Amino acid sequence: MKLTRTMTLAPLALALMALGFTASAVTLRIGNQGDALSMDPHSLNESLQLTVVGNVYEPLLTRGRDYKLTPALATDWKQTAPTVWRFNLRKNVQFHDGTPFTADDVIFNYERAKDDGSDMKSYVGQVKEIKKINDHAIDVITTAPFPILPELFTGWLMMSKKWCETNQATKPVDRRKGIENAASFHANGTGPYRLRERQPGVRSSFVRNGNYWGKIDGNVDEVIFTPIGNDATRVAALLSGEIDVMEPVPVQDVDRVKGNAKLKVLQGPELRVVFLGMDQKRDELLFSNVKGKNPFKDKRVRQAFYQAIDIDGIQKTVMRGAATPVALLLPPQVNGFDATLSKRLPYNVDAAKKLMVEAGYPAGFEVKMNCPNDRYVNDERICQAVAANLSKIGVKINLEAETKGTYFPKILSRNTSFYMLGWVASTVDVHNVLYPIMSSPGEGGRGQFNLGAYSNAKVDELTQAIGSETDLKKRNAMIHEALKIHQDDIGHIPLHQQALNWGMKKNIDVVQLPGNEMPWKFIKVNP
Amino acid sequence: MKQWLARLGDSDIGHSFRNSPVAMAAAAVALICIFCSLFANGVAPHNPFDLSTLELSDARLPPAWDALGSSKYLLGTDDQGRDILSALMFGARISLAVGFASVILSVLLGVTLGLLAGFLGGWVDALLMRLCDVMLSFPAILVALLIAGVGRALFPNAQEGLAFFVLIVSITLTGWVQYARTVRGSTLVERNKEYVQAARVTGVSGLRIMRRHVLPNVLGPVLVLATIQVATAIIIEATLSFLGVGAPPTSPSLGTLIRVGNNYLFSGEWWITVFPGLMLVLISLSVNLLGDWLRDALNPKLR
Repeated sequence: MKLTRTMTLAPLALALMALGFTASAVTLRIGNQGDALSMDPHSLNESLQLTVVGNVYEPLLTRGRDYKLTPALATDWKQTAPTVWRFNLRKNVQFHDGTPFTADDVIFNYERAKDDGSDMKSYVGQVKEIKKINDHAIDVITTAPFPILPELFTGWLMMSKKWCETNQATKPVDRRKGIENAASFHANGTGPYRLRERQPGVRSSFVRNGNYWGKIDGNVDEVIFTPIGNDATRVAALLSGEIDVMEPVPVQDVDRVKGNAKLKVLQGPELRVVFLGMDQKRDELLFSNVKGKNPFKDKRVRQAFYQAIDIDGIQKTVMRGAATPVALLLPPQVNGFDATLSKRLPYNVDAAKKLMVEAGYPAGFEVKMNCPNDRYVNDERICQAVAANLSKIGVKINLEAETKGTYFPKILSRNTSFYMLGWVASTVDVHNVLYPIMSSPGEGGRGQFNLGAYSNAKVDELTQAIGSETDLKKRNAMIHEALKIHQDDIGHIPLHQQALNWGMKKNIDVVQLPGNEMPWKFIKVNP
Repeated sequence: MKQWLARLGDSDIGHSFRNSPVAMAAAAVALICIFCSLFANGVAPHNPFDLSTLELSDARLPPAWDALGSSKYLLGTDDQGRDILSALMFGARISLAVGFASVILSVLLGVTLGLLAGFLGGWVDALLMRLCDVMLSFPAILVALLIAGVGRALFPNAQEGLAFFVLIVSITLTGWVQYARTVRGSTLVERNKEYVQAARVTGVSGLRIMRRHVLPNVLGPVLVLATIQVATAIIIEATLSFLGVGAPPTSPSLGTLIRVGNNYLFSGEWWITVFPGLMLVLISLSVNLLGDWLRDALNPKLR
């Protein structure tokens, strides 16, 4: 009798245990203002895309909790000659489909990242050649001595050669030309999470990689990533518990989220600087009523724009204090920041008007401004405020604010006259600002994000020298000179450094990296 | 003019109007709204589209009766320092313009097709009415969303003007069905009446009979329907704009204003979204009440 009772109870107990197991799988639901535009790690050099994809694909070296360099797919590296670097690759690493990771994959990724359609050219632009020593060692040969090469490699993610070949994805997805391939919707990396399901713009889900080569500190088994564009809806989703983590918390709602007993806001400075760029190359602007000449070629016009922008007003009302106005395109946290150049030109509408008169535009002119509406904190509102500011000096801005899915392909093809861009120096070194943003567009990703083609031969020359210089004192002197020239030229109009605002449930521990990266392997959900 | 007004006042409709306080109140509200939006340039205290008058330091001020408010901005300001009251008047203008334009177009389209279907009968009738069935089987907003979406995809770099065009077309294409159905029903009744037959016998062409004899006799219900549909069109426009496929933020309609303001609802800045919402309710409610009254006034059974 007794026996039978235990026997009848046994299946029930088993079922309960099974239930217990399934319930203990930790699911993390993340809401963001936008989506990664593709799963291809070489298609767009954008922080959100790289931070999402960075959980699936890995670089040779990465950044740890303290943002310092740590080994990832390379175990160690050293400079064997001024232009030669030896990288030893990690053994026994498998891609999610089981293919082993070898030196051939690295060489394949080098070719892929420097391909015409790649947005990551500036990450491998200094590399002349990669030589295979054996399956787990490579020599990277640079065109000139380049001491910060390892820093640069943190942004260069590794795909599987075999997988790309089988899936016809050997060339990067290029949204500027409307080229999509399997790598847009599928992924096969070596990272701690694997892509399970991808619905662009709706929902992407990821599961923990059981075969991961390293230790995963966090306890998250499943990540569901949902883009929620509307600020209020995103806050409502967090407040109602529909999502666990959200980024960014709209600046107007920070206090409300903080005031909720179950939630917290993790704040910190972000390395990102938001700035405005102007087409200084074409002889006639694409989108303006000024014909036969390009007003932005005149420094006085650029300066008038700069001085007409009420940056403190934007900081106070649009950003509600969650931004720091800057005078350079890099924040103080980035190596090479020069405090002696951190004074902005004063906000002065009368001086700006005078400059416009001197430049021959007493009545102003009309120009289109391109702006994203789901990329940077309050991006569209900043542009609206700038448009209002500029109307005071007679400039009529035709604001075109749109989602980044159409915005980036447009401005990256330089199809713009006046645009907004935000930049994080992912190497935490000024070279990653000088080379892609301030140098004249050219080979190897040089000036790839200098979308208005600001060009000063001296800056180009100094940038080249700064890349190879190892003497810190000499290097800093050159950095000062290059930044000063760019600042005096008003090559771009710097706005502000934005702040990070991540909202989440109180029981979640995340590591907030200053480049706005959120590595899921560090995330811990406490009971 | 005076004579005409007197005649109107003395008619059945005039009597009914004077005996209905609801209709009078609704008409008053609707007229004030229409007046303010038509003459927004003169009536509004500020011009929200003149960017050079905006001051960022005036952004997000609460309504004037709040301790932090300013008497300069009666209903407060939005995040760019735009006066909400003025934005409402300009926004209502866009909403009303889109509403009226799409109703006029759908009346033209619906009445023509309904008349043809009812008068010609046969395969024309069958084809048009099946088309109506298909249109009616979808919620209007879904069809409008589809058309607006397709319109945007076809012209990605379109100018603002085109956005309004797409908006009007999409509302028109969802609205005409009702008129077509109503007019077809009435036409079926009218076409067998003696006066039509008499016209036929005397050799009047089909087109002329439709235009001169049948049309005036089927227009009554269309008028009622159109009045009510103005409110529906305004609401569809607001919904589309709220969903982000309608009027652009640079020339905001009421729906766009509600959408933009919605972002601030959680942070306590309720006035940015509540006032446009109230304005929308006022306009659509008053127009709807007027339509209801007109229906009753024109219904011989209730007289």
